[in-house]
Amino acid sequence: MEPVTLLFALTTVSYLIASLLYLTAMIGKREGVGSLGRWVLLVGIVVHAGVFAVRHSMVSGTPVTSMHESLSFFAWCLVLLFLLLDLRFRLSVMGAFAAPLATGLMIFSALSPDVVVPLNPVLRSWLFPVHISFAFLGNAAFALSFGAGVMYLIQDRMLKSKRFNRVYRMLPSINVLDRVNYTCLSVGFPFMTLGIISGAVWANLAWGSYWSWDPKETWALITWFLYAGLLHGRLTVGWRGRRAAFFSIVAFMFLLFTFLGVSLLFDGYHTFEAFSMP
Amino acid sequence: MNIVVVGLSHKTAPVEIRERVAFEADVLTSCFAQVLALPSISEAMIVSTCNRVELYAATMRPEQACAELQRFMAECHGLTPAELNEHLYSHTCQEAVRHVFRVTASLDSMVVGEPQILGQMKTAYGHACDGKSAGLVLNRFMHKAFSVAKRVRTETAIASNAVSVSYAAVELARKIFDSLENKTVMLVGAGEMCELAAKHFIRYGVSKVLVTNRTFSRAESLAESFDGVAVNFANFREQLHRVDILLSSTGSPDYVISAADLKAACKMRRYQPMFLIDIAVPRDIDPAAGRIDSVYLYDVDDLQGVVQSNLKEREKEAVKADQIVDQEVGRFHEWLSNLTVRPTIVALRKQLEEVRQKELQRTLSNLSDLDEHERKMLDAMTSAIVNKILHHPTRLLKQLDCNDDKLRYLDAVQMLFDLSVHPPSDDLSELPEE
Repeated sequence: MEPVTLLFALTTVSYLIASLLYLTAMIGKREGVGSLGRWVLLVGIVVHAGVFAVRHSMVSGTPVTSMHESLSFFAWCLVLLFLLLDLRFRLSVMGAFAAPLATGLMIFSALSPDVVVPLNPVLRSWLFPVHISFAFLGNAAFALSFGAGVMYLIQDRMLKSKRFNRVYRMLPSINVLDRVNYTCLSVGFPFMTLGIISGAVWANLAWGSYWSWDPKETWALITWFLYAGLLHGRLTVGWRGRRAAFFSIVAFMFLLFTFLGVSLLFDGYHTFEAFSMP
Repeated sequence: MNIVVVGLSHKTAPVEIRERVAFEADVLTSCFAQVLALPSISEAMIVSTCNRVELYAATMRPEQACAELQRFMAECHGLTPAELNEHLYSHTCQEAVRHVFRVTASLDSMVVGEPQILGQMKTAYGHACDGKSAGLVLNRFMHKAFSVAKRVRTETAIASNAVSVSYAAVELARKIFDSLENKTVMLVGAGEMCELAAKHFIRYGVSKVLVTNRTFSRAESLAESFDGVAVNFANFREQLHRVDILLSSTGSPDYVISAADLKAACKMRRYQPMFLIDIAVPRDIDPAAGRIDSVYLYDVDDLQGVVQSNLKEREKEAVKADQIVDQEVGRFHEWLSNLTVRPTIVALRKQLEEVRQKELQRTLSNLSDLDEHERKMLDAMTSAIVNKILHHPTRLLKQLDCNDDKLRYLDAVQMLFDLSVHPPSDDLSELPEE
């Protein structure tokens, strides 16, 4: 096995183990197991960084140019942001959401053809890693905000319908879930904004125009407006709880479409083929 | 050595009997002396709480010990054995160990998982230590029981959910607000359950208490006891937006708080959640208010529902706890049976070794022309013979389960080989925990 494949497999296994630990922690109400999951996740993210380091030296450039690499990078950003979030909130239920999601992304990444694509010279710029880092960190933050939103709606349902069952016991308070949802939103929004701005600047360097209504750009803008609206609602109108949680779920659906749907359905220079040499 | 338990609890005896057989702390010392004076008892301990009265003893003759303890208990409290015996249970050996472990871990309590019993057991053990009636066996036994209780507490969720209505309210509030610090509670009307719940809330960090009542002086005196503020009943609705948690229990036949009142309050507090408990019957708060997004409204039946589901959860956890207890009973019993058999086996080995050494020396002094190697061979052969002979009896003695049969075997061995066996003293190091 090549070293990079081995590292990739190691990462996936650590994420998987962390997922199982977090799920055990959530279902069995064992916080100790959750903190073990945190350490396993920490090992995973370091090994995962190694994967990118090796790939970076293989292509001597930013190694995020195929579906395989994108998904894997998404997983890395997700775990990174979760671990940062964990510093503040210590919620093993969020781990039980983030770790399996990262594992799933790694598995889909493994199933996508692993091609090493040298970047089109026109696109070579320091702005490329900046753009994708911001974009993916934004995506990851919104994914966590989505997870907290879903849990909020479930727990709210339990409280309102007065069903005090297992799920009710497992989930934390709605107040905490609302705060997590909001924190992730306020972290994700600047990232997404910077991602779009850096993308525009980069486009100007490469093609001489800031904005060209490429499908990805259009959909990203729609998603951005949705999140901007949500943030505005929270900050000034006083939206919170159910409405905010519901909104963050809808916005995330748009984000998913922007990230995956657009790349698969439309042509444009955000498809992976466009990265390679003509 | 064996453990026996004789006693009664809320499961077997009504309170009239329980209060008659309870042991007061000041008579314990003389009771210990009486129990230890019984022929078959070598160590003893007395547990006396409002729900149970139990005697624990270490003995070599479990059957006899049980009978003696039963008689003692009846005589001590001036009851006839016939009156008392229908309420008494007796456990010996493994069953006794299991019983005490379950009691200490609060699995035998009236409310499974309640925490007081562990403290009561520790006090009872403390009395036994002070009265010098607990020795090697009971010391080890009770320490094990405490560690089992701790394991149960940390490895199961047996005590993690509320089983009283007022505490259930706190638990619900924490599923809404997470922390209750800096929250404001309002009491509308006065009721015992309201006051109790308010006390719980304050213990969990609620900082501000508002009290309102139709009779203002009543509100004032209640507010004083909570270090809170009394609010005039005529305009308490104007304060609703400041309230995070509201407990209502007025005697009013109509709704005291309407959905519209709450809607207005919610808007003023920017839709921060409000947790309302309506303890009054007929109800004080319009149930339609529960449909407002940020209002979480519960009545007494809902809180009872929480308690019921928590009790069910405890029962599930109790099953897990019993598995832990089973494991620990096995381990402790092994140690205990080793403790019984070990001195006899040690004495037996020592005796045969002495015979072997004596005969070996005599033979060797007659055969003076043997070289070092041949001497060693003889030594090894004799020691192999002794080991082979002892192998089966040793194993049999160790395997024997705890009952009087075993003692007969031990007696037989001691008589056949003319062993003088000393009961084990406090030499714990000689008996490693296996």
